[in-house]
Amino acid sequence: MSDGLEGPPPEERPHPDGRRNTQGIRIDPEVEAEPEVRQAVFSALVAHEPGVLARVSGLFSRRQFNIESLTVGPTQDEDMARITLVVVEPEPGIEQARKQLEKLVPVVSVTELESDATQRELALIKVEAGDPDKVNAVSEMFGGETVDASRETVTIEVTGSEQRIDAAIETFEQFGVREICRTGTAALERGANETA
Amino acid sequence: MSERATTQQPKSEESTSDSTDWPPVTTGAQSVIRALENAGVEAMFGVQGGAIMPVYDALYDSDIRHIMMGHEQGAAHAADAYNVVSGSPGVCLATSGPGATNLVTGIADANMDSDAVLALTGQVPSHMVGSDAFQETDTMGVTTPITKHNYFASDPDTVGDTVGEAFALAGSGRPGPTLVDLPKDATQGETGREPGPARPPETATVQMSADEQAVKVAARAIENSEKPVLLFGGGVVKANASEQARAFAIEHEIPVVTTMPGIGSFPGDHELCLSWAGMHGTGYANMAVTHTDLLIAVGTRFDDRLTGGVDTFAPEAEVIHVDIDPAEISKNVHADYPLVGDAGRVLEQLSDAVEHTPDAREWREQCQTWKREYPMDYATPEDEPLKPQFVVEALDAATSDRAIVTTGVGQHQMWAAQYWTFTHPRTWVSSHGLGTMGYGLPSAIGARVAADDDQEVVSIDGDASLLMTIQELSVAVRENLDITVAVLNNEYIGMVRQWQDAFFERRHMAADYGWCPEFDKLAEAFGARGWRVDDYDEVADAIEEALAYDGPSVIDFHVDPAENVYPMVASGGANGLFALSEDQL
Repeated sequence: MSDGLEGPPPEERPHPDGRRNTQGIRIDPEVEAEPEVRQAVFSALVAHEPGVLARVSGLFSRRQFNIESLTVGPTQDEDMARITLVVVEPEPGIEQARKQLEKLVPVVSVTELESDATQRELALIKVEAGDPDKVNAVSEMFGGETVDASRETVTIEVTGSEQRIDAAIETFEQFGVREICRTGTAALERGANETA
Repeated sequence: MSERATTQQPKSEESTSDSTDWPPVTTGAQSVIRALENAGVEAMFGVQGGAIMPVYDALYDSDIRHIMMGHEQGAAHAADAYNVVSGSPGVCLATSGPGATNLVTGIADANMDSDAVLALTGQVPSHMVGSDAFQETDTMGVTTPITKHNYFASDPDTVGDTVGEAFALAGSGRPGPTLVDLPKDATQGETGREPGPARPPETATVQMSADEQAVKVAARAIENSEKPVLLFGGGVVKANASEQARAFAIEHEIPVVTTMPGIGSFPGDHELCLSWAGMHGTGYANMAVTHTDLLIAVGTRFDDRLTGGVDTFAPEAEVIHVDIDPAEISKNVHADYPLVGDAGRVLEQLSDAVEHTPDAREWREQCQTWKREYPMDYATPEDEPLKPQFVVEALDAATSDRAIVTTGVGQHQMWAAQYWTFTHPRTWVSSHGLGTMGYGLPSAIGARVAADDDQEVVSIDGDASLLMTIQELSVAVRENLDITVAVLNNEYIGMVRQWQDAFFERRHMAADYGWCPEFDKLAEAFGARGWRVDDYDEVADAIEEALAYDGPSVIDFHVDPAENVYPMVASGGANGLFALSEDQL
């Protein structure tokens, strides 16, 4: 039978009062600190090579980062692509996401966009054509464009901020929405500020 | 401030002038081998196969030593250990399909422990990729999550450059495994291009020196601390920073705790050394880490085996975190003073910035008191079976200071780390982050190839761990490698049985062998020498004979099957509440 080692048992040892929260930050032991979650938009400049998107999404999957949306597309430089990601995490998680992205070899630079950056999304909304005049009126309210029309359905293209698209879809719901296709967020910094 | 620098310099400086004597390359495969030669590679570990044959054919003309392993997992572990002992990236070679997938465990292991390993895998010809061809696997897809970066090298003109880049990347900054997938048409393809010098990719920047302002602020914190602890991790070993670590600790008389991968970074027999902390760390190391007011952590990633539950880890300490990888800073434990840079360089910066030694005499005395209160002593009653700790200490006593110890994973690994006193870096070779059973024997082979002739190589293994990669004993015999395998045989998967005793009401499910091969006879069947030891009085002679034998030896020590590893911190528990016996868990 294994007897173990000599020494004062746990209840006879001095114990410190302090505590850390789940992010490893020292906190007042009395306080029940809940980490605050926020949204961050990252723009990453990456080498335009096969498999880069798979590397980025694989990274986020295995590290369990919460991605709301991810878009990728070419830039003005044909050797580079731009990936725009929207991440929802507590602050230390956002820091980790950025640092882990930067470690990837094909990733050249990563920045978190300012809250005033230009952010746009596009949505195609296929709506029941029961009341085409009303559908058209709603479409005009949101600056939408009719890109397809048939006896049964009307498809409207709306671009704008994420909130605007959400509002448009909610408003179209009164007619019956058959299908929706949304892109992720595309974003650039304002003015002469460089985006990644 | 970033500089492109490699932590481990490949020996490439003079090679390019030698290469003018070598015949020009004519195929992609020759370019691969030439790139390795230019980078100073002296040894490789691998297993042949259809897709990789062109590379092996080019290797036929090279002076690089190739060691044919029994299983590709063995090749990967051997390359890993080669890196741990030598500091240069280890290289392993396998064919496509099952060859590549057999490397996966070893690559994942290297990834978790940040060991520099270059894996070269054959692949079916490019035009057949994606068609489920014979021995085809999506090696790139399978290994992306477990490598620093991987490459699909399908152009014979650039395949040598790619291999050079992968080699350099493995050893640069925070080391790690890289892989180059080599489709057969690329290696058989013709090319006249000589590979360029091995260089990491442009985007893999490394910051060697920490921000001077941040260093100054950290230095003030050190000066004002009353209960400081230096925590030296694996990064101190990888950066070859033991000298700076030693000098700093001794000058400022700060108690030292290491992590398991940091074993050997600071001499284990020094008065300031409190051994290693964590789940099975010494009681005194865990007390120091729990009560410190300033934790100066160098080259560690605060793995959960070290911290226990993060909520109770060093709860009253400010943390200075020195690491070359900015992503590790504040990943698990918040760093009050983050210092990104090379361990050796930043220790020098701190040394220059710290103007006076912290006033910590009471604290040092407290640490010494804890050393006396929580000794690692154990009893060896004659009427009970052989204690494994005794075997570890006997092996330590019979070998030199620079002897290299490799281990498998489990109870035997913990005893080896607890009871062997390590005084030099790069003498402790083990699987920490991934905890791969079967690491012991192939890593002993890699260590032997990398080690100096006067360094003994001892592999302390468990019966279950050894059985996982025992085929590599054939390699040790064929190559006549002087290694000594000491099996701490308790006929159990010991650590599993220990947990079942503590947490599963002794329900021993799939932990109990009840029977083991006679390892001494098995060794002889392989062509090695074997000994069996059951009693205390047989230990010393068996060790002496096995060490003296110039070739592979296996000593099957039948040890107490009921012995458990203490101290123990339950998973997610508080380090300060370490259990000294089962009833304290």
